[in-house]
Amino acid sequence: MNFLASLAPGSGIDGFRVLGRLHAGGTAHLFRVEVIAGPGPGFPLVMKVPRVGHDQPTESILGYETEAMILPALHGTHVPRFFAAGDLAHVPHLTMEWVQGIGLAAIAATAPLPEGRVAALGAALADAVHALHQQNVIHHDLKPDNVIIRDDGTAVLLDFGFAHHAHFPDFLAEEKRFASGSAPYVSPEQLTGSREDPRSDIFALGAVLYELATGELPFGVPDTLNAMKNRLWASPAPPRALVSAIPPWLQEVILRCLEPDPGTRYQSAAHVAVDLRNPEQVLLTPRATRTERAGFMTQFGLWWRSRHDRRSLRKKPQVLVSQSPVIMVAVDTSHPDDERHPALQWTARQLASLNLDFRLICVSAIRAASVGETGGVADTSSGLQLVHKVRLRNWIEPLRLPAHRVSLHVLESGDPAGTLLEFAKNNNVDLIVLGAPAPNETALAWWRSAASTVTANAHCSVHVVRVPSRSRDDWKSSGDPLV
Amino acid sequence: MRIALLSDIHGNLQALQSCLDHARANGATRFVFLGDFVGYGADPNGVIDVVAEYVAQGAIAVRGNHDEAIYGKASYMNELAMSSIDYAKQVLTPSQTLFLRNLPMIVRERTCCFVHASAASPEKYPYIDSPTAARRCAEASELPHTFCGHVHEQRLYFAAQGPQMALFQPTPGIAVPVPAHRRWVALIGSVGQPRDRNPQAAYAIFDREKLAITFCRVPYDHHAAAARIREVGLPGSIAYRVESGI
Repeated sequence: MNFLASLAPGSGIDGFRVLGRLHAGGTAHLFRVEVIAGPGPGFPLVMKVPRVGHDQPTESILGYETEAMILPALHGTHVPRFFAAGDLAHVPHLTMEWVQGIGLAAIAATAPLPEGRVAALGAALADAVHALHQQNVIHHDLKPDNVIIRDDGTAVLLDFGFAHHAHFPDFLAEEKRFASGSAPYVSPEQLTGSREDPRSDIFALGAVLYELATGELPFGVPDTLNAMKNRLWASPAPPRALVSAIPPWLQEVILRCLEPDPGTRYQSAAHVAVDLRNPEQVLLTPRATRTERAGFMTQFGLWWRSRHDRRSLRKKPQVLVSQSPVIMVAVDTSHPDDERHPALQWTARQLASLNLDFRLICVSAIRAASVGETGGVADTSSGLQLVHKVRLRNWIEPLRLPAHRVSLHVLESGDPAGTLLEFAKNNNVDLIVLGAPAPNETALAWWRSAASTVTANAHCSVHVVRVPSRSRDDWKSSGDPLV
Repeated sequence: MRIALLSDIHGNLQALQSCLDHARANGATRFVFLGDFVGYGADPNGVIDVVAEYVAQGAIAVRGNHDEAIYGKASYMNELAMSSIDYAKQVLTPSQTLFLRNLPMIVRERTCCFVHASAASPEKYPYIDSPTAARRCAEASELPHTFCGHVHEQRLYFAAQGPQMALFQPTPGIAVPVPAHRRWVALIGSVGQPRDRNPQAAYAIFDREKLAITFCRVPYDHHAAAARIREVGLPGSIAYRVESGI
């Protein structure tokens, strides 16, 4: 096309100077550009120019339109910053931040990767997917090619040409022929035409994890729609059958993401991230130790059932992200007899009962161990960790929550508030629960307390639990605070 | 420039004032009124005076079927609507009636077409109740952005596959991009008599530079509006509809 040919280095286009071509793809070309006149945005720019014209597939123009609509609406560190868009009729282009880092595709090419690396990359990718879902957007084309890993380890998602925004018209939904992403990663419900289920991205995330852990694709590279359809019912070869070093917990996480029924998968990418960061908390099911594909009769049964279940794949799901919260409770295990504990437990139990699919992270922020202070078990850092972890376990035990929903963390730090805040942010926490300053701390101004610092600076909601002054005794006397 | 689009005010002065306040607070500097200023509500005089004032300062207003019924033939109308038209005929001054009589049927400006019911035979006031009706409207409009009222619900139709149109249900308060290379038909809802079981007044803001439309819902004292309807002796069922948003 003449227009694309004119984009030689040094030439000007729509107020930008072309510095060089980065990539020539099937649907778009990428150029490094800079702003010709005036100050730039303060970050390097890349211009994406779609292949448009009568000889080009409708797909590329629809993808461009979709991305031009959705990218400007996105924010955060997990997407490239939008800078400018051209007029489709004259100079179609999308100009955005050129994200520095290494492509996940280059990393995936070296797979199988060790367990720790898979977990770290997977958690970073899950963080990015969750950030997108929180903005009411489904990516629909997650694959290593569309992910950049920054130097600090965070993942950035690229290419929103297949994406769906819950509050914007969906041009692709009207064009059934193209409504799927890339064959190896596309979810069963995408194959049936559904575009409104964020759990499609969880499936693709599972396929990427599978690829990173084994070096193989869970369903190969099918070249026809029919060949893709086995994922409507089949589970792939268990990762441990390909790479025996993969631990059961990682296989559990990967296969749970790849469940054909979206209702059986993780319901939130944040929960995938929590599990990848807390292997010891992962609930192991028969999935974890499977070493071969299901037998013929089982597979036949699954296939038979899936014929009747396909309609359910097309159902619009409820708002899932907000119903699958990650809740963090800050427990002061340094003062196990504190009167605020029953009130905190009561609140934690209430919150758990309100949410079907929650993750509860119990955190104790303690002062770093100073060796030789007391003598005995708590004299070393690991000993101190153990003492407080046991107290945390005792704290959560009366709530009788399923083990896989709960994780326990002891954080050593000289700055409890700062540590809690950072931990909450890194774990996609939706709600922090913590106690108000105790009555004996009234000498301390509220604004100097850890509770006030956390409340003022948290990235999410904070629930401050206070023991009512008059009924303070009720919490203690009534044994079970729920009664 | 942000253009406030208000339709089907139907004599509800409280709702109109609330929407105008809301629009100005959200940066609207131009105002377009898409007809049906009278009928149902208790204050046709007050509404026409406000609209005429805006028109004198450059706002656009087009004619609706209820406005036409004041001086001309009434298209098919139920008894409830007719009784309120009779009431409006009694209370309107000759100059207010003249204002309605002089309203244009349809106005085109830049990429926008403004009409009460549909750009396809606007004088017959057809309802845009299907993608096919929306397509007829978009083709007659010949412009990318067509704004209509008349159906009392907020909807956004867009050209999907070629000329075929698809329906999108907008979320209030969210700016939806409406790029000009596609055709759009926006039904902006009713200020004075919403019918989606939500009594909040409905209107929309179109951002001409960003090419985005925001559908708005504005809470107002709908009980006061209903009380006024009873006070002037109009049927209680009209008041009930305003209270319940039906």
